[in-house]
Amino acid sequence: MPAPLAVAALIGAFAVAIYAVMRLRQRKAVATPAQRATYGVLHTAGLAVEPLRHGLTQATAAKSVKHLRTLVGADGLALLTGQDVLAFDGGGAHHRAQLAEAAAKSIATGRSTVLGLDDLPCDQIDCTIRGAIIAPLHSVPAAVAATAAEPPSPGLVQATLETARWVSTQLALHELDSSRERLAQAELRALRAQISPHFIYNALGAIASFVRTDPDRARDLILEFAEFTRYSFRSHGEFTTLAEELRSIDRYLTLEKARFGERLKVRLRIAPEVLPVVLPFLCVQPLVENAVRHGLSRKPGAGTVSIEASDAGAECHITVEDDGVGMDPAVLMSTAPAEDGQHVGLSNVDDRLRAVFGDEFGLVVETALGAGTKVSMRVPKFHPGVVAK
Amino acid sequence: MDSPFTVPAIVIVTLATVIIGAYGLRLARTTSDFLVASRTVSARWNAAAIGGEYLSAASFLGVAGLVLKFGVDVLWYPVGFAAGYLALLLFVAAPLRRSGAFTLPDFCELRLRSRRLRKLATAFVVFIGWLYLVPQMQGAGLTLTTVTGGSYLMGVLLVGVVVTASVALGGMRSITFVQAFQYWLKLTALAVPVLFLALHWQMEGTTPPDPVFRETTTVHFDHPAKLTQADGTVLAPSAGETLTFQAGEPVPKVESVNYGTDWLLPGERGLFATYSLILATFLGTMGLPHVLVRFYTNPDGSAARRTTLVVLALVGMFYLFPTLYGVLGRVYTPELLLTGRTDAVVLLLPSSALGTGLLGQLLGSLVAAGAFAAFLSSSSGLLTSVAGVLSTDVLGRGSVRDFRISAIAGGIVPIVLALNVSGLDVSQVVGMAFAVAASSFCPLLVLGIWWRGLTDAGAAAGILAGGGAAIGAVLLTVLGPPLPGWLSVLIGQPAAWTVPLAFAVMVLVSLATRHRLPGTVSTIMLRLHAPDPVAASRG
Repeated sequence: MPAPLAVAALIGAFAVAIYAVMRLRQRKAVATPAQRATYGVLHTAGLAVEPLRHGLTQATAAKSVKHLRTLVGADGLALLTGQDVLAFDGGGAHHRAQLAEAAAKSIATGRSTVLGLDDLPCDQIDCTIRGAIIAPLHSVPAAVAATAAEPPSPGLVQATLETARWVSTQLALHELDSSRERLAQAELRALRAQISPHFIYNALGAIASFVRTDPDRARDLILEFAEFTRYSFRSHGEFTTLAEELRSIDRYLTLEKARFGERLKVRLRIAPEVLPVVLPFLCVQPLVENAVRHGLSRKPGAGTVSIEASDAGAECHITVEDDGVGMDPAVLMSTAPAEDGQHVGLSNVDDRLRAVFGDEFGLVVETALGAGTKVSMRVPKFHPGVVAK
Repeated sequence: MDSPFTVPAIVIVTLATVIIGAYGLRLARTTSDFLVASRTVSARWNAAAIGGEYLSAASFLGVAGLVLKFGVDVLWYPVGFAAGYLALLLFVAAPLRRSGAFTLPDFCELRLRSRRLRKLATAFVVFIGWLYLVPQMQGAGLTLTTVTGGSYLMGVLLVGVVVTASVALGGMRSITFVQAFQYWLKLTALAVPVLFLALHWQMEGTTPPDPVFRETTTVHFDHPAKLTQADGTVLAPSAGETLTFQAGEPVPKVESVNYGTDWLLPGERGLFATYSLILATFLGTMGLPHVLVRFYTNPDGSAARRTTLVVLALVGMFYLFPTLYGVLGRVYTPELLLTGRTDAVVLLLPSSALGTGLLGQLLGSLVAAGAFAAFLSSSSGLLTSVAGVLSTDVLGRGSVRDFRISAIAGGIVPIVLALNVSGLDVSQVVGMAFAVAASSFCPLLVLGIWWRGLTDAGAAAGILAGGGAAIGAVLLTVLGPPLPGWLSVLIGQPAAWTVPLAFAVMVLVSLATRHRLPGTVSTIMLRLHAPDPVAASRG
């Protein structure tokens, strides 16, 4: 390196160091002791709570117990369940068994206890532990135990109880988070694939009409129907690929064509690049079903359903369009389900897309009475946690 | 080179690209074609598309120029450019496809669960994309100068603006069929003329007459040189001097260039530089953003592997031809060694060897059209990748407006850079992009896929150490003063020390931060490595 560059680098480093020192000194001068104390407590509390937000296990307890001990200011601190000690930090570890026993009682009764020297018999000559405080947590069957080198002072008791209460609250929050997650998953499962009874009835009727006139076609249709139900009623996996979904749509349309004949026209524009895109199971098919039912069946003459999937960088855009009677946007906007369950399919898909990909990936519906309906969705090509199974 | 066919040929290539892109999918299909519509892209089409996007101006023009100048030593460039896919095939292709990641930042987020690492990866994707775009712009400028006689500045600006505008307006998305068409176009544009050239060379005999200047040529000397003329007299122009040679004058030999058969023997560039080059090109391919996104089009892991195998064959076949151009260039266009514009050898060779008759003109325009295709396809693919990550990870939500702003921002930087690096060989700049990719993303992908112990802190430290060192070396080479002795080799070809550095830092920091291992590592590993029938079993 040439000399001027080295000199410049040195000067730069020096300037940065001076600046850093000045900043640090300034901060000290600005903060009062009370502010520093507040900061210290909250900072330690923050460090202690972070692991606990993932639930109370041996691993999270081990990470958190050190900070909790600093917070309480005890000689030793343990997190215990009714059966054993999850984690211990500080002095008095050889009293584990006694503490666990006392904690079990305390958890059972829900009352905190103070242990004196008599409750903690010890055969070690240099043992400094003179007492302990056990405070049960209320949200989970566990307790905090603090050991002290002198008979427990009221201050220590208070600090331990408050810390236990605070840990309790944090664990309750974790419970809330995880139950919210479970609820969302349960909702998703409930929202899955509600195949329309009308369709089954109509399809079987259409097949029946071919049994005598064209037995071969009837057989093919029954096989298509079997494949269609196998896909739609499958019980595992929340996600599928666009290619699989399109295959199922193909079967669905074959069955509908058996019913509508020449009245149903289908146009396709699928970019092959987006076929491997992973999306929630049965989230395009209801749109096609909707397009056929509402776009076509109440209208005289032929109708066209267009399905389009295009590549848009990191996303895939899918639209399903029909030139049927359309819908009144006001009806669509109202949250109450229409009398014949018209757009339940649409809102179901919308809910599932939002639940999986986030609120900005909901359905977009463009429609008016007599102007057809166009439903479009965006699917990101990658979303963590979304994988076809 | 004045051929009346050149400009129409270039216009036809551009139009064909746009038309196939715009109308290839406009064909409405009826239900009977449904199964065709839901069939995924086959390995062959996909491989041709990858080839089309990958074979850039550097491959088309640069490799031949380097072979012309340095001889057998630089054969490692084409070999490495092709063999990079072997490393990709062995270590990355199938697991990466099974992971479901679309871009490299996606992979970081999936495997290491870190948003911050994602940002870092984004920064590197953008940098590598820009570095790779620079030689494309350079090649375009060169092509336009050679073909139409305009200035380099005009060429770079014109083509840079055209590509940026078309990407920003969504005119040239990386559509599989367009890119596959581009591959076959490039192959044809190189293979057909070279057949004629080889036949011509055979007929003329192995020792052609001493070459002469075909047109009045002005040479500007940046450094002192010694020129030996055909009659034995020696010219010694000093730095800054300008010499003019009349048409028909014999071409003198430059002292610093090796004219004997030594040119065909290895060893001039030194062992370190050669190993560096091999490491950079073998391991850099897997870090190129525009190549990796194409793997997403494969339906599953084993299809990704098949595709890579076909790519290896297609790309390997392609690289035979630039090498031949370089060798024939020694015979027919040695004046390029004097003027220093060796990258133009592919463009000039047909008219130099076959004369300015109809055949020479036609073949010359075919090559020019191929060069243009090379430039268009890889730069639009690259710019799309760069703009994509910029719009989703930097600007935010990835809307169409964000994408357009990103495309313009992403296009301006390489244009400006291309205007400042006209002195460097096209292939050398590409080599730098490979070195950066090899020292940042290669360790990330290889360790991320094959080692459970990689942590986010380790990955970030390794990328910063290895990739940062490589970027520093690149900046020093492009902007800094010429360096003395072995230092210039260390900085000019950094991969041999930056790649091991990145691996070592990644492993050591990961071991030191073992507590940061994401809890999902076993699930992810299963997803990456379970054979497809298990991972994709469908009921």
